[in-house]
Amino acid sequence: MAVTTQAQTRVYEQTVFFDRLRKYLFFAMLAFWAVLSVAPLYFTLVFSFKPVADIYTPPIWAPIPFTLENYQTILGTFQLFPRWVWNSVFISVIVTIFRVLFCAMAGYAFARIEFPLKNFWFNLLLISMMMPGVVTLIPSFLIIGPGLIRGGIDLGMFKLPTGFGLIDNPWGVILPGMADAFGVFMMTQFYKSFPKELEEAAMMDGSGRWGTFFRIVLPISQTRLITLALLTFQGAWNNFMWPLLVLRSPEQFTLPIGLQWFRGEYYTLYSVILAGSIFNTLPILIIFFVFQQYFVRSIAATGSKEG
Amino acid sequence: MRARTDRRKIVEALNGYLFISPWLIIFIIFSLISLGYAVYLSFTEYNLLRPPRWWGLEGYQRVLEDELFLAKALPNTFKYVLIVVPIQTFLSLVLAFAMDQNLRFQRFFRTIFYLPSVTSSVVISLIFIWIFAPQGIFNQITGLTVNWLDDPRTAFYVIMGMNIFTTSGTLMLIFLTGLQDIPLAVYEAAEIDGANGIQKFFYITIPMLRPVIFFVVTVGVIGCFQVFDQIYVMTAGGPLDSTTTITYLIYKWAFRDTRIQMGQASALAVILTLIILAVTLLQRKVIEGSGSGTER
Repeated sequence: MAVTTQAQTRVYEQTVFFDRLRKYLFFAMLAFWAVLSVAPLYFTLVFSFKPVADIYTPPIWAPIPFTLENYQTILGTFQLFPRWVWNSVFISVIVTIFRVLFCAMAGYAFARIEFPLKNFWFNLLLISMMMPGVVTLIPSFLIIGPGLIRGGIDLGMFKLPTGFGLIDNPWGVILPGMADAFGVFMMTQFYKSFPKELEEAAMMDGSGRWGTFFRIVLPISQTRLITLALLTFQGAWNNFMWPLLVLRSPEQFTLPIGLQWFRGEYYTLYSVILAGSIFNTLPILIIFFVFQQYFVRSIAATGSKEG
Repeated sequence: MRARTDRRKIVEALNGYLFISPWLIIFIIFSLISLGYAVYLSFTEYNLLRPPRWWGLEGYQRVLEDELFLAKALPNTFKYVLIVVPIQTFLSLVLAFAMDQNLRFQRFFRTIFYLPSVTSSVVISLIFIWIFAPQGIFNQITGLTVNWLDDPRTAFYVIMGMNIFTTSGTLMLIFLTGLQDIPLAVYEAAEIDGANGIQKFFYITIPMLRPVIFFVVTVGVIGCFQVFDQIYVMTAGGPLDSTTTITYLIYKWAFRDTRIQMGQASALAVILTLIILAVTLLQRKVIEGSGSGTER
């Protein structure tokens, strides 16, 4: 009898010990990964405050000697830089507004309104989500720029262009980004799980689809709209490949395009480039910290809904 | 009465189409027409100067005989996917599992882990170029003297490492949501049956997470097959084509080469799409098929 209890206590102690060990191990792992995650940003910040000549010299952990030179250089000497910031803001904001509105509209229609071929379009949408973006890259470029058929379609009286002629124009970046399958899918799922009563009450009172949508539906889907807006803004703000193809002259560049072009032109001024990177990172970081809950929610929405 | 309901139906249908029309127009232009035209272009020779000339399978044949594609882009792309996807999936799963243990500072960790994924690919690439420069911080800390990005033996691994690092945070959050969706009762039942931690992990956590794993791996595979930004910024496909991937090659043929080859680039884009489709389907079979015996 006594033997058994002793053995039991030993097993119990062992379990407690291993439990604690496991917890410490996991904690150490998380702490290590956290340090890794912060490191690049931390170093960028530190070195953006150090003189250009000190870019590879110790001390590496603190901005000593400290200088604001890099920021002065980038804002004062490179006149294009403020334009890049403005271009980035302009494109990202316009894309976000349109995409959120258009995706909400389409999502609402797919969830609530009966119209012919609805399932057909929705299935096409689902299929298109599986399609890798690179396959439509070249035709999309032709559509935005020179056109699918050279010189357009001849209609006798006039020529119907098959391209928008928007190369080197911010609208060439904006146009294809104004709606996307994922956003519509996300909004459809959301409106499907949403109680109908409020809308029905409004419709009873004589409000049409449009009035109901703008006055009732949009305001109550605020949370989900903000989530979609944040995802969109982050994507548009950081977008690289498409603007790289569309925007050709330095005055039209967005920040990411400008920054990498900058590197080629002024490789030696690496501290200045790091200072420039801060302008691309800081706004999105601030937005991220302010709206953290929404970001996490968006992950939950993408992860569990599709899984 | 009949006429009135008919009219209401028509109005509803009209409203439906008006609501979806902005999306539909963009979808038709940039997805449907684009896809159709990409397939058409893949059968032509097109250099932007003269109209596309029908080529039949010539473009595909040229792709399949191209040295750069066969010797570099194709093996590099598969190497990239086969290294990055398993590591980032495993790492993010382990991190999520650790996070799920109710340790302290959970919220803090969750925020910090997400940081690399909000930073733009260009900025993170620029930072890594500088960290991995010959006199960069990485060499300073480790005491090594490797020229990481100019050495064909190491450049690709730096890019892989960077991408594992930036995506793991997001994937971890997806896994974490998945883990938290598993009902506690299942674990409790297993505990009563005498299952230990490792058994619980392999017999409950992993099977219950299967849909999430499928999602994470699919997203990872599709993303990895199309890696571009980081390669463009960090190495431009070099040194000695050691980081040239299929997507980079498509870009090169269509937009960068002195002899622009949009037809041939489109053929490669179609091939890449087929590869991704095949891999996704295969992987669905593997992930969903492997557990069908133990489930239900």
